[in-house]
Amino acid sequence: MIGEPLAWDEAALRALVPRVLAGLVRRGEDFDAAEDALQEALLEALRVWPEHPPRDAHAWLSTVATRRLVDARRSEAARQRREEAVEAEPRVGGAVIAEEGDDTLFLLFCCCHPELPPASQVALTLRAVGGLTTREIADAFYVPEATMAQRISRAKRALAGPPARRLDQPGDLAVVLRVLYLVYTTGHAGRVDLTGEAIRLARQLTLATEEPEARGLLALMLLNHARLPARFDSEGRIVTLDRQDRGLWDTREIAEGVRVLQSALALERPGRYQIEAAIAALHDDAAGAEETDWPQILAFYDDLVALTDDPVRQDPAAVLGRAVAVGHVRGPAAGLLETDRLREVLGDRHRWHAVRGHLYELDGDLPAAATAYVEAARLATNVAERDHLVRQAARMRAAAAGRP
Amino acid sequence: MPKYLLLKRYRGGPEPHRPVPPIDQWAPEDVEAHTAFQHHVSELLESNGEYVDAQALSPARTFVRYGGPDAAPVTTDGPHPETSDLIAGWWIIDVDSHERAVELAAYVSSEPGPGGEPLYEWIDVREVMWERPRTTDPA
Repeated sequence: MIGEPLAWDEAALRALVPRVLAGLVRRGEDFDAAEDALQEALLEALRVWPEHPPRDAHAWLSTVATRRLVDARRSEAARQRREEAVEAEPRVGGAVIAEEGDDTLFLLFCCCHPELPPASQVALTLRAVGGLTTREIADAFYVPEATMAQRISRAKRALAGPPARRLDQPGDLAVVLRVLYLVYTTGHAGRVDLTGEAIRLARQLTLATEEPEARGLLALMLLNHARLPARFDSEGRIVTLDRQDRGLWDTREIAEGVRVLQSALALERPGRYQIEAAIAALHDDAAGAEETDWPQILAFYDDLVALTDDPVRQDPAAVLGRAVAVGHVRGPAAGLLETDRLREVLGDRHRWHAVRGHLYELDGDLPAAATAYVEAARLATNVAERDHLVRQAARMRAAAAGRP
Repeated sequence: MPKYLLLKRYRGGPEPHRPVPPIDQWAPEDVEAHTAFQHHVSELLESNGEYVDAQALSPARTFVRYGGPDAAPVTTDGPHPETSDLIAGWWIIDVDSHERAVELAAYVSSEPGPGGEPLYEWIDVREVMWERPRTTDPA
């Protein structure tokens, strides 16, 4: 009705994307063509709905997208007259996938197909499940829009045709979780906050599956995201965990993260995201850095490294995190000893040197700390971290020389 | 999805694997083949969804520095020593891994030189630093 406030903002519209798209793909449409048709329908909706709001938004989008698909097939058929008869028939055999299960989950399994490269999995997930535009995704990754468009269309072509097998296997959920975490760690740039988007997608995923690791991932994101406001000062400089103003942490997000984590742990099927979330929760729980429960954190790191047969090679990041905990529980020298095992695997990575700098600093060996921080800065691939490490090195040198 | 700079030089870098005369002394068809290959690389990167940027630089250079308070900028007159490093241009690519960047750099280096034989040019591969800080606390 005219004069009624606009009920459809972009976010509400985007929330419909996975349901409509999954409906089209399940009906047998090519993923590629269906996604294009839906994008056109969304543009049409943004144009038409402010004047003529739909009674059933889902049905409206589905109908308009279907019309676009028919149009596309018709123009194709005009070029190839022989196929005209086929065109009127509903297409079958596109996807032999059972109707059950949630639309979001179904689409995530499509977009995070294990055979797509990670960059394509991420781009396709943001577009087909997140409903972001190609321009927004390109901005988030600092690449030209044409490059992102090409990446998305290649990925969609790779998914075209009937799926070779059912996609909802447990192994594939692990890929979905990894892709969502990759979206989260990419962070935010310009107009697009990928941390918020990753949390939104992870929350949708937890509604679609009982799998405790999905909840573990959501909890991990929330418990990390809660600290984001304290992680940088007004100049954009990194503030390490031990120096953060804990009053800036988002207590509501921490409470939600803890609640989600507890519901996951109650299922008693632990996994890496649940364990990492538990470690994050222990950091969030300390009123001050000196109150951090390092022995408990170390116990969780012990669980984390026990998940793999050869943690030094298979999960060196966990071994490195554990070394920090060892340093705090048994002393810096013990922590440094733990990092020695990783020299061969991580010796050329900045994180390894940064952790050793931290442990030398704890030990009061300031010249050694400075040397380690300098090496870490040299290897850093991130401007904010490089600047932070250079400042750490300068701080160590000044302190060693007795300057304030 | 790291970004890499694939840097080409007029001179400088390691000892050439295949020393060749300057391009203006090549047969015209060899020059054609060489420039066609450069376009082909850009098109290939675009169609792969790996392209970020490509630029070629003119060899003329001016060194400039701050002249001090209330003084004009200072520029060198040249000429610069023939041994100094001189950048010719670059591609910036956005790829899944360092291995992929090395693979593409090797392909760039296979560009045709005199007689249509590969140039075996040394390509300088540099990772572009990520501007945005990561979203998780370092330990």
